[in-house]
Amino acid sequence: MPPLLEVEDLEARYGWTQVLHGLRFAVETGGITTILGANGAGKTTTLRAVCGTVRTSGVIRFDGRRIDGRPTEDLVRLGIGHVPEGRGTFVNLTVEENLRLGAYARRDRDRLGEDFERVYQHFPILRERRRQLAGTLSGGEQQMLAIGRALMLRPRLLLLDEPSLGLAPLVVREIFRIVRVINRDEGVSVLLVEQNAALALELADHAYVLETGRVVLGGPPAILKQDDAVRRSYLGY
Amino acid sequence: MDIFLQQVVSGLATGGIYAALALALVMIYQATDVVNFAQGEMAMFSTYIAWTLINAGAPYWLAFVATLVMAFVGGLLIQRLVIRPVEQAPVLTIVIVCIGLLVILNSLAGWIYSYIQKPFPSPFPREPIRLGAVVFGTHDLGAIGVTLLVLLFLFVFFRYTTLGLAMRAAAQNPASSRLCGIRVGWMLAIGWGLAALVGAVAGMMVAPKVFLDPNMMSGILIYAFASATLGGFTSPGGAVVGGLLVGVIENLVGTYVWFIGTELKLTVALAIIIIVLVVKPSGLFGRAAVHRV
Repeated sequence: MPPLLEVEDLEARYGWTQVLHGLRFAVETGGITTILGANGAGKTTTLRAVCGTVRTSGVIRFDGRRIDGRPTEDLVRLGIGHVPEGRGTFVNLTVEENLRLGAYARRDRDRLGEDFERVYQHFPILRERRRQLAGTLSGGEQQMLAIGRALMLRPRLLLLDEPSLGLAPLVVREIFRIVRVINRDEGVSVLLVEQNAALALELADHAYVLETGRVVLGGPPAILKQDDAVRRSYLGY
Repeated sequence: MDIFLQQVVSGLATGGIYAALALALVMIYQATDVVNFAQGEMAMFSTYIAWTLINAGAPYWLAFVATLVMAFVGGLLIQRLVIRPVEQAPVLTIVIVCIGLLVILNSLAGWIYSYIQKPFPSPFPREPIRLGAVVFGTHDLGAIGVTLLVLLFLFVFFRYTTLGLAMRAAAQNPASSRLCGIRVGWMLAIGWGLAALVGAVAGMMVAPKVFLDPNMMSGILIYAFASATLGGFTSPGGAVVGGLLVGVIENLVGTYVWFIGTELKLTVALAIIIIVLVVKPSGLFGRAAVHRV
């Protein structure tokens, strides 16, 4: 089966500064790919490039079709759900309204009931807080809301931008567990960008290491874990 | 006491009109951080369209609805054609564009319809309604009713429809809205259309009282600014309450403060703006802007 997402020669720049230098990576259908890297390596930009919020050159294929250069709103309709850095919560709307917005691009909006149910099953706390303004949630709850919002799209590909950022280790564990469930039970492919390399390598079936906008290493997590440089730089042993 | 009640009701009637225009201002300000100085002239121009239709023999309410549709489309087109090209420009540029729009619409109306005042019909009967010794103008009561209906429509639209929700989302967080598949540019255009529609209601309700002429809305726009400032530029509900308050305050001060009378009424609006900005800049219901640093 061809990969769901395929990226070749991806370049991106902010003004005069080039941040991505010819990336090449893929996400298999039904797989979890993770991109590791330090601050400023270009991880977030890579996700932004895939969902069309930064200008890029190079080839991005989704399900065999070129999607580079297409507006974000159209990519969402193809089934690419993005959980952005900083979660992108609508803080002045209720939890339920946030979730409703997640399904905005769906054509079959009359079938939302079961999707609400599904999201509430993954994240029971959201059901309790559904009438609350999203801004009043804790960081972990907001991260759950952000993932829930993306799930309301019934995405084929989920882009996760550092879901562990600023959260307590237990909460992070829980979120990673649910990502695995979503991937396994609902067949959602995942592209995960993460600084917590140990966790990400545990979850993923394919990993890339990004350094200053270049892929320096790629392969199955088991092989990457044995790489001395990866161990020293990202795993800390 | 009778005079007091009468003044309050007529204050609520004009206040309702200020409220509608203030709401139009706040809707656009909320969505785009732009104060649309042309809002009043857009309302004036819509009222001329209604006048043309009624003069051509259309029944009042048909002309009313047709005008609302045209105002909506007009507002949408203005956003797409005039505002969108300067969207990324500094605020001052957009302000100047809005003022340019004000002058253009004003001159255009004068050129097409002349500057001579025209009577504009009221859909409500002429006979005043008497309750004991108190006499209420039927148009005043009708205008309050129509304004409240429009406000109710907007409330239901923004609160309970998916499009309304998407528009609120687009105003709050454009980046996340795009990630949900919301076409933010169109949401802003629809916002301008709705604001123009609300302004058109204000224009058609005020025209029977002040007569129709190209400068009809200039004073009312200042009252609308006062209303939005009093209620808070960040609060649609506040704009409505502010409008009603300004209408009533203006009437009561005009009646009971001997040196103000009708001549100095407009000054009251300006005084309200200054007092609010000095004492509580965010207005009664507004939120002060808070940024995480």
